[in-house]
Amino acid sequence: MESVGSIILYLIVALSMIVFSVAAVTTRKILRAATYLLFTLFAAAAVYFMLDYEFLGAVQIAVYAGGIVVLFVFAILLTSKPGDNTEKLTSKSRFLGFVAAIATLLIAGYALVSRCAQLFQPKPEMVTPDMETVGQTLMGTGAGEYLLPFEAVSVLLLACIIGGVVVARKR
Amino acid sequence: MEITAIYYLVPALIMFCCGVYGFITRKNMIAMLISLELMLNAVDINFAVFNRFLWPGQLEGMFFTLFAIAIAAAETALAIAIIINIFRAAKNIDVRSLNEMKF
Repeated sequence: MESVGSIILYLIVALSMIVFSVAAVTTRKILRAATYLLFTLFAAAAVYFMLDYEFLGAVQIAVYAGGIVVLFVFAILLTSKPGDNTEKLTSKSRFLGFVAAIATLLIAGYALVSRCAQLFQPKPEMVTPDMETVGQTLMGTGAGEYLLPFEAVSVLLLACIIGGVVVARKR
Repeated sequence: MEITAIYYLVPALIMFCCGVYGFITRKNMIAMLISLELMLNAVDINFAVFNRFLWPGQLEGMFFTLFAIAIAAAETALAIAIIINIFRAAKNIDVRSLNEMKF
């Protein structure tokens, strides 16, 4: 049985996640879409905190809210005038989008409902992974430890830096 | 009321469907990228939720989410570099009108 406070917190987070993600894809001003995306990302970080993954929530806020959304806002301001509306959707593209979204909803919802026996179990007890566990797991080489992907991601980020400079540079 | 896994999975599913809808209907490249971020985040939430509720003693889902966030950041940075380069060449980032490289 959850406490009343955590249920209220859950309701706020879930509602804001749904409302802001719908708003992010339906608003006609692109800068507002980026702002709604920011709120959705905050709601996702709140979900990570509610699931006791505090490191993950902090990473989500630092990388997404601190980095990616700022990058989005820069790119939006560089490529379009603020206050511009995007043109109205044609009914054909809106229909296509609805069909794809509803089809995804039905298929994934069916998969959820048909295997839902495990999904109604209460939250099991877990020791919150502290920084030492996270660091050991990230740097270890044994089973269930992630040194190789960690190094691969560092090479990927280097490639991304070089690629970003090369692609965006003035000729 | 007990908050079980399905209570987290349903908002994530709706978020993913919003991403699909936005990716198909939007014409501005940055708006498409925003929809893509929505989809990526919904999947990240799913990984964390399944890890927390089904295998609470392990950390696989959490680390998959961590690496997915890192890769998403790299992908977004590179995509925005490409978009700015396209804007410089064509003065336009509307995908319907960028058809000169097609053939």
